Amino acid sequence: MEVVKLTIDNKPVVVNKGTTLLDAAKSIGVNIPSLCYMKLEDTNFENKPGGCRVCVVEVEGRRNLAPACKTECSEGMVVNTHTMRVINARRTVMELILSDHPFDCLICAKSGNCELQSLAQKLGIREIPYKGEQSHYKGDESPAIIRDMDKCIMCRRCETACNEVQTVGVLSAINRGFNSVVATAFEMDLDHSSCTFCGQCVAVCPTGALTERDHTWKVVDAIVDPKKTVVVQTAPAVRAALGEEFGMEPGTLVTGKMAAALRKLGFDFVFDTDFAADLTIMEEGTELLDRLNKYLSGDKSVKLPILTSCCPAWVNFFEHQFPEMKEIPSSAKSPQQMFGAIAKSFFADKLNIKREDMVVVSVMPCLAKKFESTRPEFSVNGDPDVNYSISTRELAAMIRNANIDFASLPDEDFDQPLGESTGAGVIFGATGGVIEAAVRTAYEIQTKKPLPKLDFTELRGMEGIRSATIDFDGLPINIGIAHGLGNARKLLEDVKSGKSNFHAIEIMACPGGCIGGGGQPYHHGNMDILKKRAAAIYREDAEKPIRKSHENPYIVKLYEEFLGKPCGHLSHELLHTHYFDKQKKIEI
Amino acid sequence: MAKFKNHILVCAGTGCRASQSELIVENLNRAIEDNNLGDEVQVVRTGCFGFCEKGPVVKMMPDNTFYVQVTPADASELVTEHIVKGRKVNRLLYVDPDSHKVISDSKEMGFYKKQIRIALRNCGFINPENVDEYIARDGYAALGKALTEMTPEQVIKEIIDSGLRGRGGGGFPTGLKWDITRKVKADQKYVVCNADEGDPGAFMDRSILEGDPHSVIEAMAINGYCTGASKGLVYIRAEYPLAIERLKIAIKQAREYGLLGENIFGSDFCFDIELRYGAGAFVCGEETSLIHSMEGLRGEPNVKPPFPSESGYKGKPTNVNNVETYANIPVILLNGSKWFSAIGTEKSKGTKVFALAGKVNNVGLIEVPMGTTLREVIFDIGGGIKDGKKFKAVQTGGPSGGCLTEKHLDIPIDYDSLLACGSMMGSGGMIVMDEDDCMVAMAKFYLEFTVEESCGKCTPCRIGNKRLHEILEKITQGKGTKEDLTLLRNLSYVIKDTSLCGLGQTSPNPVLSTMENFADEYEAHVVDGKCPAGQCKALMQYVIDPEACVGCTLCSRVCPVDAISGEKKMAHIINPAICIKCGACMEKCKFNAISIQ
Repeated sequence: MEVVKLTIDNKPVVVNKGTTLLDAAKSIGVNIPSLCYMKLEDTNFENKPGGCRVCVVEVEGRRNLAPACKTECSEGMVVNTHTMRVINARRTVMELILSDHPFDCLICAKSGNCELQSLAQKLGIREIPYKGEQSHYKGDESPAIIRDMDKCIMCRRCETACNEVQTVGVLSAINRGFNSVVATAFEMDLDHSSCTFCGQCVAVCPTGALTERDHTWKVVDAIVDPKKTVVVQTAPAVRAALGEEFGMEPGTLVTGKMAAALRKLGFDFVFDTDFAADLTIMEEGTELLDRLNKYLSGDKSVKLPILTSCCPAWVNFFEHQFPEMKEIPSSAKSPQQMFGAIAKSFFADKLNIKREDMVVVSVMPCLAKKFESTRPEFSVNGDPDVNYSISTRELAAMIRNANIDFASLPDEDFDQPLGESTGAGVIFGATGGVIEAAVRTAYEIQTKKPLPKLDFTELRGMEGIRSATIDFDGLPINIGIAHGLGNARKLLEDVKSGKSNFHAIEIMACPGGCIGGGGQPYHHGNMDILKKRAAAIYREDAEKPIRKSHENPYIVKLYEEFLGKPCGHLSHELLHTHYFDKQKKIEI
Repeated sequence: MAKFKNHILVCAGTGCRASQSELIVENLNRAIEDNNLGDEVQVVRTGCFGFCEKGPVVKMMPDNTFYVQVTPADASELVTEHIVKGRKVNRLLYVDPDSHKVISDSKEMGFYKKQIRIALRNCGFINPENVDEYIARDGYAALGKALTEMTPEQVIKEIIDSGLRGRGGGGFPTGLKWDITRKVKADQKYVVCNADEGDPGAFMDRSILEGDPHSVIEAMAINGYCTGASKGLVYIRAEYPLAIERLKIAIKQAREYGLLGENIFGSDFCFDIELRYGAGAFVCGEETSLIHSMEGLRGEPNVKPPFPSESGYKGKPTNVNNVETYANIPVILLNGSKWFSAIGTEKSKGTKVFALAGKVNNVGLIEVPMGTTLREVIFDIGGGIKDGKKFKAVQTGGPSGGCLTEKHLDIPIDYDSLLACGSMMGSGGMIVMDEDDCMVAMAKFYLEFTVEESCGKCTPCRIGNKRLHEILEKITQGKGTKEDLTLLRNLSYVIKDTSLCGLGQTSPNPVLSTMENFADEYEAHVVDGKCPAGQCKALMQYVIDPEACVGCTLCSRVCPVDAISGEKKMAHIINPAICIKCGACMEKCKFNAISIQ
């Protein structure tokens, strides 16, 4: 590879041709402050519009300052990142941004996690000499995402996430000059757009412009209401990330502490979504085998491949963008909704209470789950199966509010019967996990033989689109995996055009799967955090005494006592759903 | 083809059309018919003559009689007197304001004397809707020469040798740009004509396209031949309907004649042109924004490099040139680079078209050799300042340029001299100001434009220009402080230094150049609370001199807000708390008793 030599802050640097000044400086330990720039390794997310102008540096011989994130190194360049001219320009640019930003840091949801705030601190901005009009835009409060565009700094990360990574394409800059802002078409609310509520825009937003809809106080209200029995379920990916909110190393598993904290918060029953994940495998796995065996016996009307349906943003995505394929995904509800349906039927019956007197709260790494829980088909006579879905971040906020010293909590177990889970349920949290869990069960049911090995490492990893063929005792089963909706789109196009020969495909909307969900602690662009969370998930799986869903004793019991058989009559009523054509059609 | 003895050229540019030139044409034709001269006299709708101040313009050929400010009612007289009886209609001839002499030949007029019309060579001469007239003026001969006698390298060398630089504002050597695009390897390349003229008051490109569209089409084809592009795109603002109409007609005619399309002039070269319409965003004059807009994306610039010559429209090498640049190309090829480079200064060759506007007597479109002084342009061609007022400043380069003063009047106009004194050539807007113009208000006017036209992509332009405008507003409101002047200066430098594209990099120029050249005027606003030019209303106060006032009550009667009180035959008083400073009282006062303080 061709290299170039240059000088940065009087130090000689040799870098590969094409390296930006920002990266070249980083290689010698000079971290040039930046704001709009963001690159997520292992995904195709790179946001560098060169718009904020915070990273400007002085290049000798150049008339004006150069944006370090966008300027490639060239031979013999002499660069100074910290001259008075640069410092003054950088501060002035920051003062300008702050002059058009609300000063409500004290009560902003992003306070402490705001990149604008930390940069202002880093640069030591103590006053804003440029005073004037501040922008005000129409607020947007969808069931999952709150957009307060008064706080938008036009970094365009959300646009990149929505348009390039997710290929959802509902966000774009509108208006000109001082009035320009990122918005939906015609400034419609997100829930009138094709938004999937994946929350990846929220995950990358540097300020408080994009945040989740906060349900924490509604949950508190339910907990203190003596008439209500409040049941909480926690998704697999939450336990691998919650600790970060309390200063723990990324990848620290806090399953036991989390259960303890939830109990301390006053939930009546602390259950695990992993239980419902095992249930999902029973239903989805059965559906897969049913379709597969029909197909193998010559019924070509059967729809293959089967697509997983546990990711609500993915469901929104195909309802909006591929409605003609809505018969292909599994009809199995997501674990969150299966849990709600079972809790408000089977478990409410057990407690001998009316379903209206039970409040089901879910703790999710996800913002789309908030939307999913409001879908009308997931409620009975106006009573939703899942009343409130809160994010990992919201749970952390609740724990802090309740003055619980999370780090020193002793480990506790989940309650039974909806708290027991297997390793298969846990790995739902990482990309490839759902399909691996399904394979573990489907293999044994199909071949009637015990699995020779439980770890399907060929299904794991961070590659955006992966495929593998699993040998079902002589029957090759082709598996496809995509995470990130842009990758999902590619895979789907191949299915649509008949190019692919997959039997089953797992799709997760968020890069990395649920561990990288829109409701997780902010990663601030550090993708190592996601890898550590994934490792934690697989560690928990490895340590579990039972690692196959169909061996979960409480699942076995649930079918014996209540449901009958997988994909049976009651299962269909409670655990399966159907999809809608939500494509936006332009009428001219 | 019919042979006519007389031609009557009527300006059918946008300006003269707005003053009923179409009706003049209609009436002329009727008069010709009434006099049975249909076989001898032809009325020709031409492009802009340039002397817009005196429009509508009608020119009689072959004797070159130049009639000004003609009305539709004058048409029959022009035919019966000038054509039939051979007598000039004196009342419609131009009168020189200095010598008070009647001048009938445009070549003798101060407005035209110092002009050399190369880019505008056919404007006001041929019918832009008739390709034959263009061909009769050596049109498409340059394309033929290039395709049949020259290699692309030879054509590029000729353009490089001519010293032609981009007329859109950047001033980049045109031949070099072509050469760079030529050398990039790609399966498809594009040539683009930038007709997104956006400077307030500028209409050079519009006039060329309205008056001589074929010159641009021919040059684009030559460009395509040189760079290896088979497709040309004209990015033109939709607010130019007449230019669009004439371009469409010209493209159609060129296709019919085989001057566009397959195997032009029997060569292997194939080339065609399509139009792309802009919605009138100033920033889309910047080439990367322009390309985004053509692609259907938001009109926002990209950081360069990569330059469009490497990766432009649809990611392919794209050569973008401005309308006026193109208009020069065919003549350069026909007359040779030596001829062209003999005109102008050492580093700026040829001529430049300016839209002369503001407080100057002869408002219009002019083309002068590079190196002409501002004094010659403003006083000789422009006829000096209106109403005998005093010259104060001239803004060149539109909102991106700077404001030049008395001391700059004798500098030669070229790219480098203008830059050296804090302004720029820009695309050719030239607005003249007199003693009544406040320089702070002038800077504010331009900032208002930039604030409106910023795309919003980068912070300094999006927020910085807004804040500049707010500070200027504060100063013109009389609320400015000395600290504001420091902020204004710092912010201006930072915006120039950090903005992403040329728009932001130049937008503070009007502020900086007025602060530099009229520092005392800024001081007067913030320290003394006065606007020396008397333009900033908030800083003015109308007062009645009790000695001069006779108490006629006229002022109190015209005051729309009842701010003036006083008994009959007694001195009147203006209540400054109520006065809205409309000036009605001062206008009415017959005793000069009211003044501004």
